[in-house]
Amino acid sequence: MNKNTRKIPVRFGYLINTALFAALLLGGTKVIGSGAVSMYHTKVILLCGINIILALSLNLATGFLGQLPLGHAGFMALGAYSSAIFMRNVTILPPEALFPFGILIGGLMAAFIGFLIGIPALRLKGDYLAIITLGFGEIIRVVLLNIDDVLGFKLTYGAASLKNIPKTTNFFNTFLCVAITCFVIYTYIKSRHGRATLAVRDNEIAAEACGISTTYYKTLGFTVSAFFAGVAGALYAGYLGVLSPSSFGFMKSIEILVTVVLGGMGSMAGSVISATVLTALPEVLRAFSEYRMIAYSLLLVIVMIFKPTGLMGNYDFSLSTLIGRFNGNASKKFEKEGGKHE
Amino acid sequence: MSNLVPVPSRGMVPERDVKDRPVLETIHLGIDFGGLVAVDEFNLVIGKTEIAGLIGPNGAGKTTVFNLLTKVYQPSRGTILLGDKDTSGMNTSQVCRAGMARTFQNIRLFRDMTVAENVMVGLHHSIAYHTPTAILRLPAYWRGERNAREKAMDMLSIFNMQDLGGVKAGALPYGAQRRLEIVRALATNPSILLLDEPAAGMNPTETAELMENIVKIRDTYQIAILLIEHDMKLVMGICEGIAVLNYGKIIAKGTPDEIKSNTAVIEAYLGKKEGQENA
Repeated sequence: MNKNTRKIPVRFGYLINTALFAALLLGGTKVIGSGAVSMYHTKVILLCGINIILALSLNLATGFLGQLPLGHAGFMALGAYSSAIFMRNVTILPPEALFPFGILIGGLMAAFIGFLIGIPALRLKGDYLAIITLGFGEIIRVVLLNIDDVLGFKLTYGAASLKNIPKTTNFFNTFLCVAITCFVIYTYIKSRHGRATLAVRDNEIAAEACGISTTYYKTLGFTVSAFFAGVAGALYAGYLGVLSPSSFGFMKSIEILVTVVLGGMGSMAGSVISATVLTALPEVLRAFSEYRMIAYSLLLVIVMIFKPTGLMGNYDFSLSTLIGRFNGNASKKFEKEGGKHE
Repeated sequence: MSNLVPVPSRGMVPERDVKDRPVLETIHLGIDFGGLVAVDEFNLVIGKTEIAGLIGPNGAGKTTVFNLLTKVYQPSRGTILLGDKDTSGMNTSQVCRAGMARTFQNIRLFRDMTVAENVMVGLHHSIAYHTPTAILRLPAYWRGERNAREKAMDMLSIFNMQDLGGVKAGALPYGAQRRLEIVRALATNPSILLLDEPAAGMNPTETAELMENIVKIRDTYQIAILLIEHDMKLVMGICEGIAVLNYGKIIAKGTPDEIKSNTAVIEAYLGKKEGQENA
């Protein structure tokens, strides 16, 4: 630890983070709006944002809560489809104005189903959640694949895929959602409820003996995690404009899990970095597409051998710390504060 | 040391507690594991500020009794009264909120959290703000966290550990981990504290210090303490009432002096005298 460090007041740190993030958001929107970034690169950046939200939401359930959900793509699908159906059928306002509601509906739908699944699954100790969510993810996919009308309304179009969803996802709303996700998960974890959540992860019996209801905190954490997966799904629907059930299969769930494990379970910065790298890498390696999966698996094997806790372990940093470090007054306390990234 | 006197509910509590309800009372408590009767007919009364000891040879069922009291196991039969509350149907966390805190024989700290955070987990229910308040970082959050941290540091000072607040709990030496577990249990604001072998692995100096601190905790917080311990110097030194458990049954109850001279207890620990084998 550097002896001559000076602490940045905590509340001031929040202000710095907000200001820096607002600058990034508006600057990014401006740069992309000016046409300096190609259409293709913009798409990749948006996909990075969506994957960051997915990784962060799964990290809440795996890294902070210590559970192993294997059906995260299912929650994403729920969010994507409910938001897409809302956006296609409600036309009282322009789609851009309705999109925030679409995102909210996607998130709430996923959160509600997550809550219903979480109650029975999380009361049990052990790995039952993994099995139940694994089943759930597949059920969602198969149901979406096989039904094309709900109570006589043509809503999901089954295997024919849901088309003509307004393409409302842009840099601004994607990264605003990234910021909100970071902020909410961070402030949740750094509160008495977050401490309770980490206590449940570290030692369930001791947490119970401290008067903490493990079922309550597991269900709460899992529901919040499902909510943000739904938000990512809603953004994905507006990003692609077309939804087919096959994009929410088991492999998608595993992909998100790999992102979290690679970045480090319990590290928000790790999830952000790893989601960005793992989204951008396949695009960079497109020229060697046959070898892409080999490189991908090699990377994982190497990381697991040399750093089993993931790239970042459970280390976190915030933008204001980086600034502080450049000024030579980084504080040890602040290194622990996550904050907003990207 | 105060004398033990009988209370209406067939138990013995210190003289100063006779006007109060016993803080803990178990009636016909028992548990079976399959066909094995692990604990049976466990009747115990503990007064409001009593320091009581539960001793017995290895495998006698002492920790099982703690697990029954805190509902880690659900009892097969019997009643546990905590103050005037019947704890049947409660789970571990509800029992804790009703006023019973415990430590563990094999230390169960939140190893990746700091010492202060461990205590703050114990303070969980005395911090009042809600989830939305925390997420929006409203003033109530800052106030609650600041108060909790101050209170945690204050409680750590019982064991002179206030300087270790920022250290990872897993990095503490063994004795300090045991002490931290006691502080964490105390933070839940219990009316009775169960200590499972608090002196295990401590050297004689540390044990002597611990004895002083246990009495200090009782006097400061006005709570009852029930402890399991193999260190007879500690048990005989600070306990006002002692119950001896063997094969899941209480074989003797009384003051330290009565226990020392009890033939059934001596037999349980040392076996029968030669020549008495077939008596």
